[in-house]
Amino acid sequence: MAHAILLHEPDDDVGVAVQDLKAGSEVGAVTLEGKAVGSVKLVNDVPLGHKVAMRDLANGKDVIEYGRVIGMASQATPRGSHVHTHNLETKRWTV
Amino acid sequence: MINPTDLKFTGYRRPDGRFGVRNYVLIIPVDDLSNAAAEGVAHNIRGTMALPHPYGRLQFGEDLELTFRTLAGQGRNPNCAAAIVIGIEPNWTNRIVKEIEKTGKPVAGFSIERSGDLKTIEAASRKAKEFVHYASEIQREPFAVKQLTMSTKCGESDTTSGLASNPTVGRTFERLADAGATLIFGETTEVTGGEDIIMQQCATPQIAAQFKAAFDDYQNLVKSQGVDLLGSQPTEGNIRGGLTTIEEKAMGNIQKAGRCKIVDFLKPAEEPRKPGLSFMDSSSAAAEMVTLCAAAGSVVHFFTTGQGNIIGNPVIPVIKLSANPLTVATMSEHVDVDLTGMLRMEMNLDQAADAALKLLERTINGRLTAAEVLRHNEFVLTKLYRSA
Repeated sequence: MAHAILLHEPDDDVGVAVQDLKAGSEVGAVTLEGKAVGSVKLVNDVPLGHKVAMRDLANGKDVIEYGRVIGMASQATPRGSHVHTHNLETKRWTV
Repeated sequence: MINPTDLKFTGYRRPDGRFGVRNYVLIIPVDDLSNAAAEGVAHNIRGTMALPHPYGRLQFGEDLELTFRTLAGQGRNPNCAAAIVIGIEPNWTNRIVKEIEKTGKPVAGFSIERSGDLKTIEAASRKAKEFVHYASEIQREPFAVKQLTMSTKCGESDTTSGLASNPTVGRTFERLADAGATLIFGETTEVTGGEDIIMQQCATPQIAAQFKAAFDDYQNLVKSQGVDLLGSQPTEGNIRGGLTTIEEKAMGNIQKAGRCKIVDFLKPAEEPRKPGLSFMDSSSAAAEMVTLCAAAGSVVHFFTTGQGNIIGNPVIPVIKLSANPLTVATMSEHVDVDLTGMLRMEMNLDQAADAALKLLERTINGRLTAAEVLRHNEFVLTKLYRSA
């Protein structure tokens, strides 16, 4: 397996780790169609199925996956970071 | 690439012309207090199955109608050859009997008041024995894909659901819809963030408007509770698997519809009126949703899972598909179709759809699913509001 991150769309802000990833490692990313979208150096450990920032995400910025807004960055998140509930929030159903 | 019209399905022809893929004699309690009698009959008579549940008393209005429709729907389902209905009193019992009777299949109702459990169990057991002899002589015969009604939902989803297993179902549904099958999906709150896509897929503005009304109804319910649904929707299991927001979960969920046009909007447990993909207003709680699909006449179900939802259903076989390598490795006994090759790019979407359709054919023709073998018979009524 040459790749460790899968993206729905080439310009998505986040990709999905398809295996457990270790901080400091440099891993390749491809789209579902098999198009290579370069590599990224991991800032954190990222478990299988969790998301990785493919670019720097400013606090308050919309986050794109599937080519769609899936929420908003709730803190500044550098490229290569684990993206989950600690730094990504829904834009729906907020109290 | 497998075209569903090339698949060879066999099933049990029912008097209303529909085909079942299983051949049950069901013992259906109308209410919670008739569970004991229903289970007594099922214990006495080989080849019968009771469907115990906790409701059916002091419900009213739309909530009661849904319970009636769901209970009658199990008896009406083509996987049911014949049905016994047992209730505490005759009036509501007969309402369910009459709905099942419309299919032309054998059905009989029994009520417990003025007889007691033991006499009721004896009378119902004698009738159930008769029904089992009848059912046991029905032979499988070939049927066409356009005579198939099936359903889908996902559970304990994670990012692998959106990447692989849900798009696989979507691709099979595109092919099945083209071949004239009748298909059901739903999960009204779980399309939050992708509702515009669902509306675009609706065949007419009227269907889109019906969907949107049901969708807005749930949104208002969520808002009225004044809470953040994080932990419930997405669930803790979803979050553990890497899903973060409802928008993200929705985008994964709706992959199951593929590029199918949505040809109709159904109330919960309502039977489809036309071939193609219908959206059924429904919860995303797995057992509730699959029970509603069975009530609507689905005879087999594609259930995709990421983290490993182990649900089954007593009336319809539930086929589990998963692309999560950890789940397939640690919970293999629950998985019917292994799609982990998709994450390794060793299996493309069409190959995955072929694998799913092959297992669909085998399941229809009698192969028991993992959930059936493991006795996952979750039968759960959807409750709309508090009882009186």
